[in-house]
Amino acid sequence: MKVKKISHSASDNRFEVILLVALCTLGVIVAYPLIYVLSSSFSSPSAVMSGKVWLWPVEFGFEGYKAIFKNSQVLIGYRNSLFYMVVGTCINVALTMCAAYPLSRTDMPGQGPIMLLFTFTMIFSGGMIPTYLVVKNLHLLNTVWSMILPGAISVHNMIIARTFIHNSIPQEMLEATQIEGCSDAQYFVRMVLPLSGSVIAVITLYYAIGHWNAYFNAFMYLNDQNLYPLQIFLRDILISNKVDASMVVIDDGAAAKEGLAELLKYSLIVVAMLPVMIIYPFVQKHFVKGVMIGAVKG
Amino acid sequence: MNISKPYTNRKGLGKRILRARQLYLFLLLPLVYLIIFQYVPMFGLQIAFKEYSISKGIIGSPWIGFKYFEKFFKDYNFLRILVNTLRVSLYSLAVSFFIPIVLALSLNCLRNTKVKKTVQTITYIPHFVSTVVLVGMVNQMLNPIIGLYGNAVQAITGVRATDILGIPAAFPHLYVWTGIWQNMGWGSIIYMAALASSDQELHEAAQIDGASRFQRVIHVDIPTILPTAIIMLILDCGRVMNVGFEKVYLMQNSLNLSYSEVISTYVYKMAFGGNSNFSYSTAVGMFNSVVNFVLIMSVNQISKRVSDTSLW
Repeated sequence: MKVKKISHSASDNRFEVILLVALCTLGVIVAYPLIYVLSSSFSSPSAVMSGKVWLWPVEFGFEGYKAIFKNSQVLIGYRNSLFYMVVGTCINVALTMCAAYPLSRTDMPGQGPIMLLFTFTMIFSGGMIPTYLVVKNLHLLNTVWSMILPGAISVHNMIIARTFIHNSIPQEMLEATQIEGCSDAQYFVRMVLPLSGSVIAVITLYYAIGHWNAYFNAFMYLNDQNLYPLQIFLRDILISNKVDASMVVIDDGAAAKEGLAELLKYSLIVVAMLPVMIIYPFVQKHFVKGVMIGAVKG
Repeated sequence: MNISKPYTNRKGLGKRILRARQLYLFLLLPLVYLIIFQYVPMFGLQIAFKEYSISKGIIGSPWIGFKYFEKFFKDYNFLRILVNTLRVSLYSLAVSFFIPIVLALSLNCLRNTKVKKTVQTITYIPHFVSTVVLVGMVNQMLNPIIGLYGNAVQAITGVRATDILGIPAAFPHLYVWTGIWQNMGWGSIIYMAALASSDQELHEAAQIDGASRFQRVIHVDIPTILPTAIIMLILDCGRVMNVGFEKVYLMQNSLNLSYSEVISTYVYKMAFGGNSNFSYSTAVGMFNSVVNFVLIMSVNQISKRVSDTSLW
């Protein structure tokens, strides 16, 4: 952007230099923990144990990663998380668009009250125990459905989609197609969906990341190891410190075992963040867009 | 809005509803979801006023009035849990409200777009780190023996570090500042958007009048983002009692409970801990939801009066 140079006094320049330095420092501070974890994960167990890693990997190796993939739990978790993410996101997006489209139609009788029914749940809810009882009474405990159904629609995402449809597809389009004899369902399939590509991308990403990172539903509703998503195994290993003995099979004595147990935690963090970090650069602009659509009052 | 509405008023309400039937069909499944997983739990809140037992079910259990609310208010833990909840949330609110604003204002002043883009991208990344991974990272790095923190203290002072994770008073700081690390960049997006759409002529006029860049931040940029900031503040206030369960629960350990036991973790423990009592737990949770609800309604009203900015 070229701002007309009217006057850039010395004090203005000094102000900008200070900000530049401060923001670069901030960037380094924010990035450092991530770099540290990444470097640690590629170091040797003894380097991690003796605290030699500061910035770059020390005694480069893949031992942590090898240890992880010896363990079936992590693979089960990875598989389950992928499944919940794919199936859950499909259901989320389908239901969200089905709700967003009619609610964007202000000419539908009852649009206001129905919208209120949705938004009310954003400021008041039954809470942990009553929701648990519903899931239990529907016999969903310990099934894959308990990971997918209780959060089938996020009202926040629904409002983003609704606002987008309402603001970006002109009313004249609807009227024109109605004169042509197009029904509401046809209008949705032929006009609304094709024109909502960008908002569908946004909510798909929000839901997918939400599923990948989710921990609460599995924690509340599952106790079958074979159904656990990755985040539950992560909690056991990273936070409860329950490192499965099969992961640290090594003949070099207790100290080496302990070193490997610590090392594989770093590798595990990297593996858990991998899918999100891989897609992140490609989709950053969609994420940002979502925040902006959400900010416009519907 | 005064666009012409194809279904309006030419015919009776019944006819209009009939004509919009396809739209209601779309809404069917979402409404079923909403009723089952949102409104049935609200109906289930009645067990807070009942002596719930699994065999009798929600409806069949006998009414007992406000017994469990009284029990909670009289509990020797009540004050501590309330204070812990408010400490964490108010601290978090104060810091996490201002830092994204300061970040956005600073980024907006930079004319070097490369640095600006890079800092933005870096600060957005932590938003996508899961809570479990975040807490895992904190535990790993702050470990006094093998963590980054332990190593740094050892290297600089030569003495073994104390265990920060075991100091109760450190819990609120850890909770809040890890939250800042995660969300400050993300929180600044909305302000960046407001600043990007601000009136450039105002800036030029101020420059002609000899305003410095800093003065323009104060007199042009800040008024530009004020309405957005008020909306964000209202939303934040509505969450004051709503300290999320996940992160606190994961960060809890046997040493820091005196600072880290908040309402949501207490609710969980009362329901699934040793003396499982669903009615008591629901009463505590309901107290929390009601206070939240009243808070967001009143903040919204006040804001409407004072600044003409409100959520609805």
